[in-house]
Amino acid sequence: MELTVNGEIRQVDVDPDTPLLWVIREELGLTGTKYGCGIAMCGACTVMVDGIATRSCQTPADAVAGAQITTIEAVEQDEVGRRVVEAWVANNAPQCGYCQSGQVMAAVALLKENPQPTDQDIADAMTNLCRCGTYNAVAAAVRDASNA
Amino acid sequence: MTLFDRKAPFRAVAAELPADGAPLNVSRRVFLGGAGALTLAVALPLRRARGQAADAPPPPAVPAFLELREDGTALLRSPFVEGGQGIFTAMAQIVGEELDLAPDRFEVVNAPAGEDYLVMNGMRLTGGSMSVRFGYDAMRRLGASARAMVLAAAAQELGVDASELTTEPGRVVHAASGRSLGYGELAQAAAAQPVPAQVTLKDPASFRWIRQPVDRIDVRDKSTGRAQYAIDLAVEDMLLAAVVHAPRRGLAPGEIANRAEIEGMRGVHSVQLLPGAVAVLADRWWRARKAVEALEIAWVEGTSETPMPADFSSAGWKAQMLALDGEIADAEVEGDAPGTLAAAETVIEATYDAPFLAHGQLEPPSAIARFNEDGTLEVWTSNQAPEMFQGVAAGLAGLEPGQVSIHSPILGGFFGRHFVYGDANVMPEAIALARAAGRPVKVLWTREEEFLRDALRPLGVATLRAALDAQGLPVALEAVARGEGPTGRWFGAPPGKDDSAVEGLAGKVYAIPNRRVGQRYAKNPAMLGYWRSVGHSMHDFFYEGFLDELAEAGGRDPFELRRTLLAEQPRHLALLEAVGELSGGWKRGPFEAEDGSRRARGVAMASPFGSEVATIAEVSIESGEVRVHDVWVAIDPGEIVNPAIIEAQVQSAVALGLSQALFEEVVYEDGAPQARNYDLYRILSRYEMPRVHTRIVRSGAPMGGIGEPGLPGVPPAVVNAVAALTGQRIRSLPLSNHDLSAQSG
Repeated sequence: MELTVNGEIRQVDVDPDTPLLWVIREELGLTGTKYGCGIAMCGACTVMVDGIATRSCQTPADAVAGAQITTIEAVEQDEVGRRVVEAWVANNAPQCGYCQSGQVMAAVALLKENPQPTDQDIADAMTNLCRCGTYNAVAAAVRDASNA
Repeated sequence: MTLFDRKAPFRAVAAELPADGAPLNVSRRVFLGGAGALTLAVALPLRRARGQAADAPPPPAVPAFLELREDGTALLRSPFVEGGQGIFTAMAQIVGEELDLAPDRFEVVNAPAGEDYLVMNGMRLTGGSMSVRFGYDAMRRLGASARAMVLAAAAQELGVDASELTTEPGRVVHAASGRSLGYGELAQAAAAQPVPAQVTLKDPASFRWIRQPVDRIDVRDKSTGRAQYAIDLAVEDMLLAAVVHAPRRGLAPGEIANRAEIEGMRGVHSVQLLPGAVAVLADRWWRARKAVEALEIAWVEGTSETPMPADFSSAGWKAQMLALDGEIADAEVEGDAPGTLAAAETVIEATYDAPFLAHGQLEPPSAIARFNEDGTLEVWTSNQAPEMFQGVAAGLAGLEPGQVSIHSPILGGFFGRHFVYGDANVMPEAIALARAAGRPVKVLWTREEEFLRDALRPLGVATLRAALDAQGLPVALEAVARGEGPTGRWFGAPPGKDDSAVEGLAGKVYAIPNRRVGQRYAKNPAMLGYWRSVGHSMHDFFYEGFLDELAEAGGRDPFELRRTLLAEQPRHLALLEAVGELSGGWKRGPFEAEDGSRRARGVAMASPFGSEVATIAEVSIESGEVRVHDVWVAIDPGEIVNPAIIEAQVQSAVALGLSQALFEEVVYEDGAPQARNYDLYRILSRYEMPRVHTRIVRSGAPMGGIGEPGLPGVPPAVVNAVAALTGQRIRSLPLSNHDLSAQSG
């Protein structure tokens, strides 16, 4: 199967229903995308598929063949991504950090679609769970990135 | 056939404990973290650093902890593990302050298992909000010793006396000649210098980084996916294992109907039986998982150190605890509470409870085990206590602890999850499977297996009774907790001496002349563990909720009652005033907010882990659910290292405290937990996150903890606000179990 990940075409030999998360982590060795719940609830596995925030743990690999898949490893190759990362750093947003790859990707996808989100837009789009409770710092970082 | 003796972990933990009584007591308290600072200070030889030269501690093993590099950066092996609490940054600040090297020039890793790192009375663990407060002096001395070594090296290099040298961050300066050398240039020569027997620590007035909101050193790696957790690690030639555990502890795998078929699946190496579990080894974890979940396993009665009765339910256990009678082991007694209660005209009594809780840290447990050709064992796994894991691993593998290396990556959240806890821990499975396969094995639990096997915050029940005098003030209070605390379970603390079973009922500072806090012990069939703020996570809710009931019965405002009862406690009174002021002045309500909603506020205080905390919460009811809008927290940890990290930890503690107050509950039926993922075990989401306002009060008292203290005040502040708003007194968590739909508006 052929997947386009971070701008590169990659050949992977997996069952078609293998979740994109495990293709990314195990076949491509990109471990920035995290496994949290496996049922598309927590968002730790969020990547962008054609610019849309997507929970890769419930996305079969064959459903995204031909799409542009972007993982956290490529986040700084993009203007919005760089801005989001800088805002994350400036706000000291992460605590344990485990959910933050997914949070950052969700934020990048939001700001690409809606460069000036309201607080409500942020609340609606950023549904990733964080057990450390970084929600306020994450929201502040998204606001900073949108104002930059 | 099983691959290892499941009793071994327990024996190994026990073997780690000191043999004689006194140190054991101290160790318990160290582990518990709820004991007074005095005991803990005694427990820590390095705490004596401030003392006289005569009883000065031995110099720190600088080379073990710290490596200066030729590029001018430093590698610090921290005794404590980073799991989100910011300890690596704090360690870099503290060591950097005395070394005179900027915190962002440090790479910090968790130190391997080894004697040099047993900085707490021959133990080390990351927990009890102890890392900074009990690592503080030791880490300062470490930095100061290293600086002295750098100066000695520079003195040789420049041919001058060390007393003529000063430092600026990362450089040694000889002002007289205008020459200077970078730490990097001196790194090799410094390492060869003797560790000074004595060092002088900086005057806090000249601190450059301590007490400043220094940026976290790991924030960029954690914002770009570069941070590596246990789940991300790999070793050459490893097999990946997925596991299914028996639905109930005590069952064992019997017949597997389709074993041959599963072993023929793509990538599968083998099917392996474990105590109470079956594993599939494969070349990819996803393939192992698909295979293991396709197994048709007949579970049969087996043997277990900690079997779960087939009819066990959390509701049944709660009913048993409510009916529990028998001896009360006293934990804290002042005056004559029973006598005063018996003679009193007005006695108020209430029983409170809180449920079993899961940790729900976002990173599922994983472990890699590798037996090396020389017979040694290496383990990579999430853990809060490397030497404890080393002892357990050695016991399981039949090795000496010195033959086991424990690699301790940063933790994707912990909250008390990553102690050994018998079969609630993944490491024993990795060791057994690596031995069976003759290859390195990495085991990763699914979220569902994690919810099945997590070690739980105990379900808690306590009955409180108080006598009021004619002025409506409490003159006696008796609180009896029922059940078992994690320190009783894991460290053998007997009833009455197990602080984890009573803390938050005990240790309160209100001026109530007659007090009795006790424990009615009953062994809990569930696997118990430490959970952020341990006993405080529920007991302060019991006590502070009950105190509001006393205020109401006595015709007093709850804030005013606390003020009255703290009149002789200036530190606590100041904190109460501080949180009142922070919230714009105490107002209980109900009142109408700007958005038209009806709201009210509740207040609570707590004295957890050496710090003091006062909390106010503002709530409304939306569609029958409690909505928390703002939480104000005044926290007095005595003295501080990083105010920004303290604020972040308060945010975090408020989130977890609110999460458990609103929704969290592990429900057991038929010996098994009903929720196996976040869909049925609801945790706080962004939508429920309140605004959090923090004020740090530096009273100058001995340094207290930070990671946990923000939590205990949240549930009672919220519940007290709900009572103010609705008149409904809730004595049982979570709030989502109570019908508040009539109160919407």
